[in-house]
Amino acid sequence: MTSFRTLLAGAGLATTLMASTALAQSGDPIKVGVLHSLSGTMAISETTLKDVMLMLVEEQNKKGGVLGRPLEAVVVDPASDWPLFAEKARELIEGEEVDVVFGAWTSVSRKSVLPVFEELNSILFYPVQYEGEESQRNVFYTGAAPNQQAIPAVDYLMEQEGVERWVLAGTDYVYPRTTNKILEAYLMDKGVAAEDIMINYTPFSHSDWQTIVSDIKTFGSAGKKTAVVSTINGDANVPFYKELGNQGIAATDIPVVAFSVGEEELAGLDTAPLVGHLAAWNYFMSVDTPENDAFINTWLDFIGDEDRVTNDPMEAHYIGFNMWVQAVEKAGTTDADAVIDSIIGVQVPNLTGGMSEMLPNHHITKPVLVGEIQDDGQFSVVWETDGLVPGDAWSDFLPESANLIADWTDPINCGNWNTVTESCGGVTN
Amino acid sequence: MTRLRRWLAVTLLLLFPISAAAQTPVDGDFAALVGALPDASFAEVEALVGRIAATNDDRAIDVLEALAEGDLHTLDSNAAVVIVRDVGGDDHAFDALTGESYGEIPRRGSSAIRVNNSLRRAVAAAVGTLTLRHPDPARRLEAAQAAFDAPDPAQADALAAALDAEQDAAVRQALSEAVARAVLQDDAATVPDRRAAIDVIAARRDGVALGVLTPLVQSPDTEIAEAAGAAVERIERARQMWNMAQNVWFGLSLGSVLLLAAIGLAITFGVMGVINMAHGELVMLGAYTTFFVQNIIRTSFPGLFDWSLLIAAPLAFLVAGAVGVAIERGCVRFLYGRPLETLLATWGVSLILQQTVRSIFGPNNREVGNPSWMSGAFEIGQMTITYNRLWILVFALAVFAVLLIVMRRTPIGLQMRAVTQNRAMAANMGIRTGWVDAMTFGLGAGIAGLAGVALSQIDNVSPNLGQSYIVDSFMVVVFGGAGNLWGTLAGAFSIGIANKFLEPYAGAVLAKIVVLVAIILFIQKRPRGLFAVKGRAVDA
Repeated sequence: MTSFRTLLAGAGLATTLMASTALAQSGDPIKVGVLHSLSGTMAISETTLKDVMLMLVEEQNKKGGVLGRPLEAVVVDPASDWPLFAEKARELIEGEEVDVVFGAWTSVSRKSVLPVFEELNSILFYPVQYEGEESQRNVFYTGAAPNQQAIPAVDYLMEQEGVERWVLAGTDYVYPRTTNKILEAYLMDKGVAAEDIMINYTPFSHSDWQTIVSDIKTFGSAGKKTAVVSTINGDANVPFYKELGNQGIAATDIPVVAFSVGEEELAGLDTAPLVGHLAAWNYFMSVDTPENDAFINTWLDFIGDEDRVTNDPMEAHYIGFNMWVQAVEKAGTTDADAVIDSIIGVQVPNLTGGMSEMLPNHHITKPVLVGEIQDDGQFSVVWETDGLVPGDAWSDFLPESANLIADWTDPINCGNWNTVTESCGGVTN
Repeated sequence: MTRLRRWLAVTLLLLFPISAAAQTPVDGDFAALVGALPDASFAEVEALVGRIAATNDDRAIDVLEALAEGDLHTLDSNAAVVIVRDVGGDDHAFDALTGESYGEIPRRGSSAIRVNNSLRRAVAAAVGTLTLRHPDPARRLEAAQAAFDAPDPAQADALAAALDAEQDAAVRQALSEAVARAVLQDDAATVPDRRAAIDVIAARRDGVALGVLTPLVQSPDTEIAEAAGAAVERIERARQMWNMAQNVWFGLSLGSVLLLAAIGLAITFGVMGVINMAHGELVMLGAYTTFFVQNIIRTSFPGLFDWSLLIAAPLAFLVAGAVGVAIERGCVRFLYGRPLETLLATWGVSLILQQTVRSIFGPNNREVGNPSWMSGAFEIGQMTITYNRLWILVFALAVFAVLLIVMRRTPIGLQMRAVTQNRAMAANMGIRTGWVDAMTFGLGAGIAGLAGVALSQIDNVSPNLGQSYIVDSFMVVVFGGAGNLWGTLAGAFSIGIANKFLEPYAGAVLAKIVVLVAIILFIQKRPRGLFAVKGRAVDA
């Protein structure tokens, strides 16, 4: 059955490959692998990232490629099938001999490809906000770590909205579970009582939200300002928000702040009943900067559809790609070891008007924005951090990782350095 | 040097309040207050909202409501504060002060004055104070509710005065609750007043009342604390009763969704015995038909939007039915009697259908709107019943009833049953069995399409829509007893209700697992499900 899927994907692949341009630069092309699902459950989110990578490669080629050589995108389809991610990664690195891979979305798919990148010593740029508690030498995390999304969002609700009671609702897998563990520890730390925190998990693609929404309503009727922190993933969001709207939970009563809902997810929804619900990201399409305007225009031209939107993981790829280009130019080669060394400290402009920097822990600095949903499906920024927040690989709020740091420069050169025992290998991944 | 500095400091101190006052608009000056909105921070806007309301200016309500809606903009061209209204599908700007029209504005020609949730609350409260005496009772009711949501002891007298003058019963009720809540917020209120207020609030007997009363249980005044405690306990007890009813309703509603998803399968799998893995994709096709119909209606006949589902339903039946017939004629009919191959072939068909839809419509969710009669909810006691779920239940039962009539009372139904019970005999009697097979499969597929129309109202319309229902559908049909429509009905509702009663205790994930395990055990005991078809038909 898998081979059948691959066959189908192959048909789509052939067309996309033809689309990638090869201009008349000298030398062999540098191959850039794109590892995003184009079929299956995650296609809904990942297809856009494949398109944005093709666009970035095309734009770079217009500027003359890298090191005077043209870039060539190699697209494969791991079909939302986690073990297939590892196979496809191997195919890209060994078969196609790509120099760098941009890809993966869910944490399981990332965990599934980690050993491959380590073994074959290649480079992966991972563009999605994730649960942290990881830093691998061959991986660069351009999405948000929990301290760049979840914690500031909770701070906003606590300080600006006076929220005292919390519902942590998530899909039942590693990202929500770890994020909620960190948030629970953080809230307790801030003096929130255990009975003021309700934690709820639902299966993937959950569609019947009646009981949970009614529970949230009940939980919210204890006389304290209540908010929902949602790590509900992908598909399940649409029925969740529909049920919220229908049961009449307005953002002014019980605001929902989401970490996985962006412009792309809202595209399938009538947002009028959702105005005022929140999302925390490092980028919104509505951000008014010249860089963002240029990016949006390039994107709309590339995709040829005026109604398409941009979102946070797309910006992450934009930053990651530009960082990689700069690191390669700096190192003068695409060799993985050289790039891994040269990329630390590289600064590139992000789309919100700042300069993001690659840190020694392979995470980047980003601003944190809290936006409210508008009736046109966009977000309006209501709050942002003063400056850029450096990504923290290991959460300070979990006892098992409080003493851990990641630093891939000498003399530490370790993804899980224990600052107390001063040794590498605090937690095994 | 020090002297100079001190002198400077003093002058600055003297100057500062003057310059600040020069910038701050004077109370009562409506134009100046509105003019100050664009450059103010959220906190400053919040203060301005109160002062704009206090001017009692006729234009205040319009300006404030536009602000809350995000329709109050400043024009980039001349920095005028304008209200943006939709005129025939285009954005037109009207001056906030004079009402003068600036005509249509370009997409990036203006910037909205930003609002957040706490501002929206402030506006609702401010507009509430302005509309307490509005001639329209609906507006007065809204005002009273706004006052309830933002209790302010300073407003208690104004509310009480409005209550005295009020004639409309519903508004009186809302006003008296608003007064009571304002009294409870007032630390200076006397104990008897507060006790009376507690009784008024407690009479609501709902979650909102709980929200108001629960904090009072901690009140330092023992009499108040006791009264509030007793009221809270009463409401909680009533709520437990209502919770049972609510769970039954949730269960029925989940059951109706399962029934809709499974009923088509009850024909193709239950009656014909074809393991149709593409069933979910037929549901998806129905949902996409709805999307397609709504799209045409939105662009060409916006007035018909509320009818979109009724128009989409027969089309979805035809589209899914036609695809079903094509699947049967093109693939399944060669594989009768080879269940494993049928399973694999239909699974392949399901992937092809998914990827086709993905190529045509893209991998993203498509927006299917709710017609107005399917939005919102109403309350019975402490139970919330949403309209979309209610109509889906009605629709599911209607589809079931029609299907039952078709199977029992029409010639085609008779032929279907004849062919599935004894193909050879039916053929001998002159029935075109091949044609009946195609029609039966088409009927099952068409009903799956109808399910898609309903599911588009509560779930994602994406190429993955079908996948999430296929397992549940098989579960319902197997549990209910293959070949028996009543079994499917009973199976769907019992699974739905069992799931919803378990969910509050076990959580959504565990509830699903428990139900699945229970069904497996049940099937061990009764392999033919709840209502087994008697006789030889099943083995045929």
